[in-house]
This record gives sequence, structure tokens and C-alpha cells, in this order.
Amino acid sequence: MKTMTLNINNTEITIEANEDSMLLWVLREQLGLTGTKYSCGIGQCGSCTIHLDGNPIRSCSFPVSSLNKGQKITTIEGLSEDKLHPVQQAWIDAQAPQCGFCQSGQIMQAVALLDENPRPSRSEIRTYMNGNLCRCGTYMRIMEAIEKASEKMSQSS
Amino acid sequence: MKTEAIPINRRQFLKSTGGVALFIGVSGIIPTIFSCENPKKIKGSPAAHKLTAWVQIMEDGQVIIYNPAAEMGQGSMTSLAAIFAEEMDADWSKVNVEFSPQESAIYGSEGWSGNAKIMLSAGSRVTKGYFPIMRRAGAQARYIMLYSASKKWQVPIDQLTVSNGYVLSKNDNKRSSFGNLVPDLLIPEDLPDFKEGPFKAPSEYQLIGKELPRKEIPEKVNGSALFTMDIKLPGEIYAVLERGNQHGAQPILENRDEIEAMDGVLQVKKLDYAIAVIATSLEQALKAKKGLNINWNNSPAEGFNSQEAYNRYEKILVDTGQKGRELTKIGETAKALRQAKKVYTANFKNDYVYHAQMEPLNSIVKVAEDGNSAEVWVGSQQGFDSKLGVPEVLGLEPEKVNIHLQYLGGGFGRRSMTDFVTECALLAKDFPGKPVKLMWTREDDLRYGAYRPLTLQHLKAGVDRNGTITSLEHYIVGDGGNLVASGIKNDHYNIPNQYALWKEVAEGIRLKHWRAVGHGPNKFAIECLLDDIASDLRKDPVALRRDLMKNSPRALATLNKAAAMAQWSTDRKPDRGRGVAFLERSGTLSTGICEISVDRNTGKISVHHFWSAHDAGLIIQPDNVKAQIEGGILMGISSVLTEQITIIDGKVQQSNFNDYQILRLEDAPESVETALIASTDSPQGVGESGTPLVACAIANAFSDLTGKTLRHLPFTRERVLEALKA
Repeated sequence: MKTMTLNINNTEITIEANEDSMLLWVLREQLGLTGTKYSCGIGQCGSCTIHLDGNPIRSCSFPVSSLNKGQKITTIEGLSEDKLHPVQQAWIDAQAPQCGFCQSGQIMQAVALLDENPRPSRSEIRTYMNGNLCRCGTYMRIMEAIEKASEKMSQSS
Repeated sequence: MKTEAIPINRRQFLKSTGGVALFIGVSGIIPTIFSCENPKKIKGSPAAHKLTAWVQIMEDGQVIIYNPAAEMGQGSMTSLAAIFAEEMDADWSKVNVEFSPQESAIYGSEGWSGNAKIMLSAGSRVTKGYFPIMRRAGAQARYIMLYSASKKWQVPIDQLTVSNGYVLSKNDNKRSSFGNLVPDLLIPEDLPDFKEGPFKAPSEYQLIGKELPRKEIPEKVNGSALFTMDIKLPGEIYAVLERGNQHGAQPILENRDEIEAMDGVLQVKKLDYAIAVIATSLEQALKAKKGLNINWNNSPAEGFNSQEAYNRYEKILVDTGQKGRELTKIGETAKALRQAKKVYTANFKNDYVYHAQMEPLNSIVKVAEDGNSAEVWVGSQQGFDSKLGVPEVLGLEPEKVNIHLQYLGGGFGRRSMTDFVTECALLAKDFPGKPVKLMWTREDDLRYGAYRPLTLQHLKAGVDRNGTITSLEHYIVGDGGNLVASGIKNDHYNIPNQYALWKEVAEGIRLKHWRAVGHGPNKFAIECLLDDIASDLRKDPVALRRDLMKNSPRALATLNKAAAMAQWSTDRKPDRGRGVAFLERSGTLSTGICEISVDRNTGKISVHHFWSAHDAGLIIQPDNVKAQIEGGILMGISSVLTEQITIIDGKVQQSNFNDYQILRLEDAPESVETALIASTDSPQGVGESGTPLVACAIANAFSDLTGKTLRHLPFTRERVLEALKA
């Protein structure tokens, strides 16, 4: 076991974990941040997507020992402080989720996309979101929500 | 920071909240009102009087409506409450929805098996089954509000009305919110039954048919929605099972001592089909699972090769010694075929497919310290037994088992099985007082899945000299009982002679309902054969179906609508093909049309557009119905283009999303357009209407584009290239 200090959602938290512990299990099991989901465990589905210094990573396949000091972790719970992130609001407006299980990961991936590329084309959306599976088949509404969010965010900035 | 989440059950909620609870039951159980000021009394009352409870009204005006169905993304949390609130005239902005207790005598719906009341969210039947129950309970609730105001104000009840959460007195302008009426609530001694209404006319609807955002969506976008996997109970321990990849094989554990000595391992237990490990943390349990060294004994599935099965099935098909079971017999197909001018035949195949719901199966069972009761937390589509088989495993009376239903991270039929609940109960039995959470990994979920059956189908149709289809014979060889039979009927096509026969095989592979069940493979076969006939007769496929639907105006309306949406009669774009399919599923009539292209070098099919029109009776939530159909179509595209479980020597060859490919966003269509035909008939099922349209629509579009046929699901690139060469 190793003691580590992590910056999660702008809070410093000290944890004890094995070197080979995956970040997903630390978040879910130790810290109760269960908005980040386990679905495939091999980085194939995107349900466990979080941000590391703003970049989307698959936490199920990311050992905590690979974290560098001072790196900032953001989970769905930390995406917005008081009010919803515009991407989350767009998800509601588009009534995107069905079962909802993959949607935290979808939203984290979409936020990273819009941070990188505020006005993505539909084909850029498809490429960027391709690693996030949704079995309920909400992809049409996910695309619509990202486009709505992109529009709103560029109006307000 | 959130460290644990304990779901609040109804009793706790009552205890912690002021005001009065109004419990209104249907089915002859007398409603009762009791105050929440005395928690002891409340705690005792429901148990003592076996009350049913559909609604609770708080003094602050909050109205809590209980949802008896699973919420797996289909929107039951909103639609059933909306039906209730509509008849009650509740203020929708003040309605909260919670799961009801899993007590089927109180909360079940009929229509499954005789008069039995069942809590089962399957077969697209939630809205259809609960519509009469919710509107009746809502109408009773409304009446109680009227009655109570009438007594309070000493005004005849017929001078009172209810609107948006208020009772109004026409003549003296008195008004009171539901919340303010709480202290004065009275149950009439002779509460009208409302079995036959009166109910609101559709023209008076304020909620039904309107755009109601789904109640549970906000918590699904901020990460706070809890699935069973997310619940952490104090003292929770973790169970995992290693099942191997051959269904039914028995394990021999070679390194028990080593595993038992691992950090955190509390128990290693041998089951008939698996080795279980229970540990103090999930990570420790998963680590121990990886370390298991197991040899597997043979199972009934040994020697079974899924792709070779078709050759055997072809022999069974023509083996007159194997009788089979008749599924349909209308008229005399043999005679009609003899008299036909031309007979068309074709064989169709479909490989196994897997549910692939995003949340792998899991459940939590806590057996009480004294072993005399148990609690279960689970995302389940429920079952014929609303206690999910747990009482039998634990040797308890059903009323001693309390099921806390949770959101489902996808169902699609898989969560109407209870294997993942009963095995958790079995493991929890050894740890009284401790909640045991059983987690299936994705590999467990896939390899020990319960698939849609593999079948071979042989179809034969006869056409007379006028080009009229006079007979249709449909033969199925496959495993899985009624799973292969759904969708075999063609009630909306005027084909006077129809016959269907199923020949059973048994392969030892676990099988289960998969969204739309047999409709996917069966409608694929039927609708493709119709296009074969149309092509041979040089008839337009839509026109051919129009002729067949001459006695079914509802079916025809969906066909005409979909054809208009797709601009069917206009010329095709170059390199695009269009295909049509029609079907009935769970009472809903649907026509779908898709537009595809094919990469002739790689064999990749791209679906560009999918238009569909549906008559689903009265629509409760139009946008949600469209979402269900869109999702169903995307799941259909996924299964039709890439999904395939293959079995060699009884062993499942796939293990996770790397080798079991489901649709990704890059391959989603450019547009999916859905139209709903206006209707005031009772609501029908929609959750499975989109999915089975896809195989036939794509196959027919492929024939339209290439003149070649696709006969074997899924339409993998290899199969497409093979078809192009044929």
C-alpha cells in the first residue's frame, strides 16, 4: 500500500492504494464517486471516462501509480460547482439519456471535446465520441446535445 | 464528499417527513389515511392493514406517486406517474416519483398468466399493462380530494372541480391546494370503484401526449443517479464468480489454499457451475478471481459448434421423422401451394446475440443477523415472482424478503432473469448481518450470457396467377422454446393460408428474451421473402405490402406514412439502396424504411437514414416514445451489422467489447426520423418496435442496391463480400 495525495474535483484527498490499483476503483470504492462507471474494465467502452488535467482518460485502465504530483482529476461530480455545466444542460434539453449508465462518461468525453474544439463538425463529433459506447442507442441525441451545447457556449463566451 | 449512499425506503421516508400520507389502493382494498405525526403508528399501519399505496400527499403540496415498474431507460418513472397525475389533476411540478415496494398482489398488473398479478417490466408491456391501473387509482385519488373538500366546506361535491393540484368551488370561489387539504382528508365510506371511469376525455389531457421531460434525467446527467453497483452499505463485502466459458461446465479448483491465503479473502466456495470468492474489498475479490486455477468438467454444450449447427439444422428441417410443434395453422397451405402458379423458397439464419447492457449484472443481498429475513438491492426487470427467487434460496417466507428496486443500467430482457440475484442470496446466506454485493465482470456477463437463440428458418410462399400471395409456410429449427416463436404471425397481411412449425433442438447454451425476442429473426425472414416475390413480380415492395394490408387500415396508415417520410416514390440517389419492413410487436404496428450504401471493397454497410411510422395507440409521452424507437433502431443496426456470439466446442469465443462489437457513434445514421400515428385507442408497447424492423429493412435495401441477397445475420463484412460475389 502506498499513501498518495490526489487532487480530485479541486479538493486534496489522501488515499492509500496499491500501486496497481486502477483509478476507477479508487474513485468508486474508496471515495464514493460513483458517477464514474465500471462497464468493460479494458478501456473499450468509455463509461469510466474522467478528466486528467482536462484530458479525457479511461479510469478503468489507469493505474493510480501513473498519476503525477499535482495532476488534477475531474469526475462528473466535479464538473459543475453549483449549476449544471452547459453540456449537462444540453443533455437534459435533448432528453439524451435512457438507462443513463454510460452518460457520465459520454458527458465527460463531450466536455473535453468542446474544450478542445468549441465548434466541432458532426464528423468531428463522431470521431471524438467513438470510444464511448451506449447500448440504449442514444447516439442521435448525444450528437444533438453536443451541437446545442456548442452553440450555447460559443454565444456566451 | 459522498462516501456512501443508502437508499431511502418508503417507511424511512414517512418517518422523516411531516404531514399526512394518503394511501389509496385499488382492487377492493379500502384506502386509509393516517397521520405522519406518530411514526410508530405509521410504521405499524401498512403492515397491519395490508394497504396498497399509490400516492402520498404532503402538507407542502408535494405529491409522491409510486412506480410499480422497473426504470431501465424506457421512462416508466415518468409515464406511469403522468397517467396517474392526469386523472388526479395533480400539479405535475410537485410530483415526485419513487419505486413502489415489490409486492405483486398490490402493485402487479394482469395479462401475463390468467388473473395473476405480476410485476414484470418486459415485452414492452409496462405502459400497456399499467394504463388502466394508474388512471383508475388516479381517478380515485381525485375523488378523495373532492370528497374531503366537500365535507370541509359543506358544499355538494358536484359543485367542486379539481385543476392542477387545487380543489375549486365554483359558486363561492373557495380554493384549496392538495397540500392544504391534508389535515382534512377523509376517505368516503363508499369510494367509487372507477373501474369503468369516468375518466378524462383525451381532449382534456394536460399531461398525456404532451412533452414531459423525464423525471429521472437530471440525476442521470450529474452522476448522482444510483445503480445497484453504486450503492455502498455499511459493512458491505464483495462476491465474484468465475464461471468459465462453457455453459454448465463444473469447476475443479486447483489452488484453493493459495486463494484462501490472499489478502482480504473471506471465503472460497464451489458452486455447480462456478467458483465464488468473497472478500472484504472489490479489488481483492477481483484479484483473487484472476488468480483462480480451475479445471472444467464437461458440460452439455461440449462439442457444440455454432457455425456447424446450421448444417445439422438443415437435415432436421427435412427430416419427416422429427415432428415439431405447430405455431400457426390458417387455411390449407399445402393445397394452396399445389395450386400456386409460382412457389418461392428461401432459408435464413441468425447467429446468437448478447444483451450487452452497459451495467454488468450485480446485486446486493443482506441476510439478517438472525437469518429470519433478508433485504435485496437490485436493478431487475422483476419477475413472475416479485421476490426474484430469493425466498426459496434462503428458506424464508416471501414477506420476509424486502426488495429495494434500483435503476437498471440497461435491461433488454437480460434483467428479467434472476440468476444474478439468487446466486448472491446463496452466497450471502453464509454471512448473516453483512450485505454481500455480487459483481459480474463484463467477461462474466458476456461469456455467461443468455443469448437470443440461433435459428435456421425455411420459408415457402405460393403466388397465384394474379400475382397474389395465397400461402406462406414458415419452418424454424432452433433452441429456446417460445423465444423462437414470437413474430411468426402475420395478422395484418391478407394471406389466407399460413402455417408455421418449430422443430426443437437442445444445445446446452443459455438463452433468453433479447429485445423483441423472435421478432428480429422471424420478421427478417418474412419481410425478405416478400421483397424476393416483389422483385420477381416486378412489383414495388411498398405496393406489394399495400395490397397485403387491404384489410388492415391501421397497418396501411403506417406504411403510407413511412413511405411519404422516405419519399419512397422518388428516384434513388446513386449508390444508395432503400428497403422497407413492416411488423406488429406488443400491439404496435410499425413500418420502417432505411437507406444504405455498401462499400464493395470492404463489405461495410452504412445506414444513412431510417424513417419509421408507428401506430401505438394513445401516446403518453411522445418524445420518449420516439427516443425508445430511435434507440431500438440503433440497437437493431448494431445487432444486424456486427453482433455475433460464436461457440466452438461449447466454448463462447467472445469475452468483452473488443471482440463483441456493438454500434459506435461513427456508424450511427445521419438521421432517424420517427412518426407516431394519432390514436385514442389504449396504449400499446413501443420499446421493442424499432429493433426488429432493422434486419429486414437493411437486407431489402441491400437487394435494392445490389440485386443480391443477405440471408445470414449478422451482415458481417465477410458475408456481405460473399453475397456480392454470388
